[in-house]
Amino acid sequence: MTVKQISVFVENKPGKLAELTHVLSNNGIDMRALSIAETPDFGILRLIVDDAYKTSCVLRDSSYIFSITPVIAVAIPDKPGSLSHVLDILGEGGINVEYTYAFITRNKSLAYMIFRVADNEKAIELLTKNQIQIIDQDHLNEL
Amino acid sequence: MEHYYQPEIECASREQIRAWQDERLVKQVRHVYKNVPYYRNLMDQKGVTPDDIRSVDDLHKLPFLTKDDLRDAYPYGLLAVPLKDAVRIQSTSGTTGRRVVAFYTQHDLDLWEDCCARAIVAAGGTNEDVVHVCYGYGLFTGGPGLNGGSHKVGSLTLPMSSGNTDRQIQFMCDLGSTILCCTPSYAAYLAETICERGLQDKIKLKAGIFGAEAWTQEMRRDIEQKLGIKAYDIYGLTEISGPGVSFECSEQTGMHINEDHFIAEVIDPATGEVLPDGEKGELVFTSITKQAFPLLRYRTKDICVLTHEKCSCGRTHVKMSKPMGRSDDMLIVKGVNVFPSQIETVLLNKGYPANYQIVVTRVNNSDVLEVQVEMTPEMFSDTVSDMDRREKELRDALKSMLGIYAKITLVAPKTITRSEGKAVRVIDKRNLY
Repeated sequence: MTVKQISVFVENKPGKLAELTHVLSNNGIDMRALSIAETPDFGILRLIVDDAYKTSCVLRDSSYIFSITPVIAVAIPDKPGSLSHVLDILGEGGINVEYTYAFITRNKSLAYMIFRVADNEKAIELLTKNQIQIIDQDHLNEL
Repeated sequence: MEHYYQPEIECASREQIRAWQDERLVKQVRHVYKNVPYYRNLMDQKGVTPDDIRSVDDLHKLPFLTKDDLRDAYPYGLLAVPLKDAVRIQSTSGTTGRRVVAFYTQHDLDLWEDCCARAIVAAGGTNEDVVHVCYGYGLFTGGPGLNGGSHKVGSLTLPMSSGNTDRQIQFMCDLGSTILCCTPSYAAYLAETICERGLQDKIKLKAGIFGAEAWTQEMRRDIEQKLGIKAYDIYGLTEISGPGVSFECSEQTGMHINEDHFIAEVIDPATGEVLPDGEKGELVFTSITKQAFPLLRYRTKDICVLTHEKCSCGRTHVKMSKPMGRSDDMLIVKGVNVFPSQIETVLLNKGYPANYQIVVTRVNNSDVLEVQVEMTPEMFSDTVSDMDRREKELRDALKSMLGIYAKITLVAPKTITRSEGKAVRVIDKRNLY
């Protein structure tokens, strides 16, 4: 019940991010969500896309360094307090969140969160037990 | 007025210097041939016997020694006296794979300290001075050399060693240090700190003796102006003795080589052929008075020019220019010898690719060593903390190999400059030569 996140190494220099997005757009890759972690020298671009397999082929052909990481995607009501509720569940269950980011879609009632944790299985078990809606890859592709 | 520590030697006639060299060389070759099997083999291979060496004119017949020989003969292979006569070991800075140890008898230490004393007196030092030595003490020759030289002059000696800038400046102010001995980059750092703190009026420095790394005229002027001193260059290498192999006088147009102890030659690094005065080439030293570790025709890899032109200071010993470069790929960063091959070894050991580039810059008169490494999928992680941890591991491994800190920069694949298919390993942006 995880989704595939593509993490790409991008040098922290003008134009580097644009180069990468051109490669993706030229190949018709549609992004669902995007987040960047930056350091003085480089950034790690984290992507949720409509076609992870195609994206990895495209990146490989363009000599990008990337990895595919299984992350947890959840759908929560788009209203104040929903994120806190999920974080409380994870926190009380002893799950440390490495990083997280959000995205919304045309569906106005729901917001989507991506969580990167060390122990996916345990986190999924906790979230399921607490009736949090977890999104799988197929569902995500249809969004 | 110019002062000398040993005027009868420093200002001796060229004939006298030549006579000393002839006599001492002949004796030294016999000593080495008899007591150092490693060099005896080299001579035998070349078909040279001690009888072939009758004066300095015959010096070119002797085989060269290189750093590789010193490594092959490590640790005791070039020791020329029984252990009971050796009293001291010094070693080259930093490096593991290429560490060189040198030995000294009491007599050797005595002569080495004389050389340093000459440098201190040439910089205006007397027994009234307070000599502040913040070269490193220990295996590094900088501290012990200048310390011994200062004792010989009779100056009050402050054996500060390196580091702890606050304490350095406090002692400098409280005890009224008059002569500063350290690396030029540390002098520049001290000068800047003293100016920042507005302590220029509290210091009594009049001169500085700076060596162990390359520095420019601009840097000299900067230090001189900030500290209100005259800055003197000093040159040396552990293999030959340490600092004081040559030193600057008031004229500051080169460093006088202590020719009563060391015979200098400049050779074509490619052919080994001896070059005439004024031509640029690799500096080669023969120590003619050392007992414990007498190296004959040791190739320094330093590129420079010799001149016998008369010097206004009155000294008659030959002058060498500041080194203008290296004939190998060695870098001197913060006074530490760094070989690109050492960095490569660490990268490969840690599972990194051999696609790297070393960039040396000078920021605020201090060297910065940067190692750029091309990313690989194996090194990459989606979390910054993982990447940080790996980077730190590499930094620590480099620190323990080189002895100095290197900044790691991860770059995208295939971005490191390649010329004619071969990667450019070192970019030195310091413009030191």
